[in-house]
Amino acid sequence: MLLKITNLHASIHGKEILRGINLEVNEGEIHAIMGPNGTGKSTLASVIAGRDVFEVTEGEILFRGKNLMELSVEERAREGIFLGFQYPVEIPGVSITNFMRTAVNEIRKYRGIDPLPAGEFLKMMEERKKLVEITSNLTNRSVNEGFSGGEKKRNEIFQMAMLEPTLAILDETDSGLDIDALRVVANGVNKLRTPENAFVVITHYQRLLDYIIPDFVHVLYEGRIVKSGGKELAIELEEKGYDWIKKEN
Amino acid sequence: MGSDNNQFLDAYTTGEYKYGFYTDIETEYAPKGLNEDTIRYISAKKNEPEFMLEFRLKAYRHWLKMKMPTWPHLTIPPIDYQDIIYYAAPKKKKELKNLEEVDPELLDTFNKLGISLEEQKKLAGVAVDAVMDSVSVKTTFSETLAKHGIIFCSFSEAVLHHPDLVKQYMGSVVPFTDNFFAALNSAVFSDGSFCYIPRGVRCPVELSTYFRINAANTGQFERTLIVADEGAYVSYMEGCTAPQRDENQLHAAVVEIIALKDAEVKYSTVQNWYPGDKNGKGGIYNFVTKRGICKGSNAKISWTQVETGSAITWKYPSCILLGDHSVGEFYSVAVTNNYQQADTGTKMLHLGRNTKSTIISKGISAGRSNNSYRGLVRISKNALHARNYSQCDSLLLGDKCGAHTFPYIRTENKSSIVEHEATTSKISEDQLFYCQQR
Ligand SMILES: Nc1ncnc2c1ncn2[C@@H]1O[C@H](COP(=O)(O)OP(=O)(O)OP(=O)(O)O)[C@@H](O)[C@H]1O
Ligand SMILES: [Mg+2]
Repeated sequence: MLLKITNLHASIHGKEILRGINLEVNEGEIHAIMGPNGTGKSTLASVIAGRDVFEVTEGEILFRGKNLMELSVEERAREGIFLGFQYPVEIPGVSITNFMRTAVNEIRKYRGIDPLPAGEFLKMMEERKKLVEITSNLTNRSVNEGFSGGEKKRNEIFQMAMLEPTLAILDETDSGLDIDALRVVANGVNKLRTPENAFVVITHYQRLLDYIIPDFVHVLYEGRIVKSGGKELAIELEEKGYDWIKKEN
Repeated sequence: MGSDNNQFLDAYTTGEYKYGFYTDIETEYAPKGLNEDTIRYISAKKNEPEFMLEFRLKAYRHWLKMKMPTWPHLTIPPIDYQDIIYYAAPKKKKELKNLEEVDPELLDTFNKLGISLEEQKKLAGVAVDAVMDSVSVKTTFSETLAKHGIIFCSFSEAVLHHPDLVKQYMGSVVPFTDNFFAALNSAVFSDGSFCYIPRGVRCPVELSTYFRINAANTGQFERTLIVADEGAYVSYMEGCTAPQRDENQLHAAVVEIIALKDAEVKYSTVQNWYPGDKNGKGGIYNFVTKRGICKGSNAKISWTQVETGSAITWKYPSCILLGDHSVGEFYSVAVTNNYQQADTGTKMLHLGRNTKSTIISKGISAGRSNNSYRGLVRISKNALHARNYSQCDSLLLGDKCGAHTFPYIRTENKSSIVEHEATTSKISEDQLFYCQQR
């Protein structure tokens, strides 16, 4: 098993956001997480990645059997956890090329592989740029600086393609994308999919799930997963909204 | 952009190297190549005590086990370390007693460079230690300094006359195990400057060393050691040039600064080694390890550098802020043109409480050059309330050059404040989390 979350509770500034999450993700699976605004989806993603503004008060997260609570953000990243941000952050003055070169080589170092020579690295960049249909000049710019909303999201998928994570959590990567970009993002995920890795896709829209077919759909409500099902659950949610779920809980 | 600016840019981007002349001075060389005999030769030439030879040999044996670093953003052609002359000295006819006895050709060389070793300069309040090829030719102003108990002399003299200070501090900030070039330097360094400011003394003049590579096919390996005792103050300036030659020349220096309690050291460099011609032929390979330690509380070390020369520059003047309330500063302007490559920056290691560091770096690239800033700010667990402020800006002239910024920040406690400003923004928790996630 890749990821096993048991009874996870997390809070920020003393306010409890996650109230007992249980989730199991196996290699080769795609999970979708849906749910109303402000119920803790991004919080869950951040806690898995190790953001320390959130305090884990109970429960555990195991990643390939390792207790994640003992690892820092960087170590989790090097272990192969990737978080595609709902709101990617701008980092002025740092070019994407350097940013990626550092990230890729850090991961290689962690795995005991020599750094990628500059030439091969650039070749890899070109290849992965094609995969997510990124125009060439975007990667010469500072990370996300002045990027449009859609460009930022595409850049997240590009970075995912570069880092080849074992577990990728995509937090609303589809929001704000036009229909072509949506297809590009979805294609990126499908091409990167292997029997060894897994994706957790946070989304509000069933339409993404037309392109990325999930094995499981979970509904997060008030800090708990209150319902899980197959891809038909997404269609049901699209039709009926969340009211019926809120009533049940 | 106004026409004045344009003229300036033209003048800069097409300007040629002014210090490319060569002085015909009788020179004494070590045999080409590097082995234990070369090291024994250098050590014997300098009448060094046993401890120095041992230090050199240890460093050499360690160096043999090391490899050139590959992490800089530089393309370094392979260097044949056996094809370099490790020691070249202007031939001395006899011991020099005063300036009149210095080879007139040599004085003329320094005069051409605008560095007068003579009285006028002393009046202007600059004490100069001139290093030609490998040997410190003459330290001016020593007598006046001696009145204050200040020792300012060539490294070789320090080894002979102040062996205890040298033994105590040499290698204490930059051990020979530190990196490839530091090990090489420790094995073969030929001279450099030594400076000791006693307790409570403010050095009344600006101390200055001038390095020049004159001979062909030689490497220059100098070492500078500055010790400021408790409450002492000194401002130190270093400058360098080299003749224009088609082959590349190697310069691998080590600078160590020790600032004890309440001491302050300002170190400035104008690095103007020959950068190679317009087509990237020739030029100095400049691999330098500069590091200072603020050993006591309230100590302060400030690095200022203007980097315009060299074909390749690899240099990261750094501060270890060990004493509580100690301060480290790094101010840098690096200008690259034609085929020059610079990978430079700083490391600020915060170990003491309330330590403060400031990094301001400006890079300007023109032609087909590449200019990288690499900075590490590390705040350890015990460095409570440490602060860092970094600002790095780059300017690209033309579309064939490159500028790169690699800021690394590691904070191990939460009471510290780190700000990185590339244009105007502060590094926030968001940005940090984003970077760490990748
Ligand atoms: N840094 C923070 N400080 C205070 N409260 C926070 C912080 N981050 C999240 N929260 C709160 O935690 C709750 C869950 O937020 P989260 O971002 O996880 O929701 P979400 O499910 O991702 O919502 P959306 O669908 O709108 O993206 C919200 O009530 C939010 O206000
Ligand atoms: Mg969210």
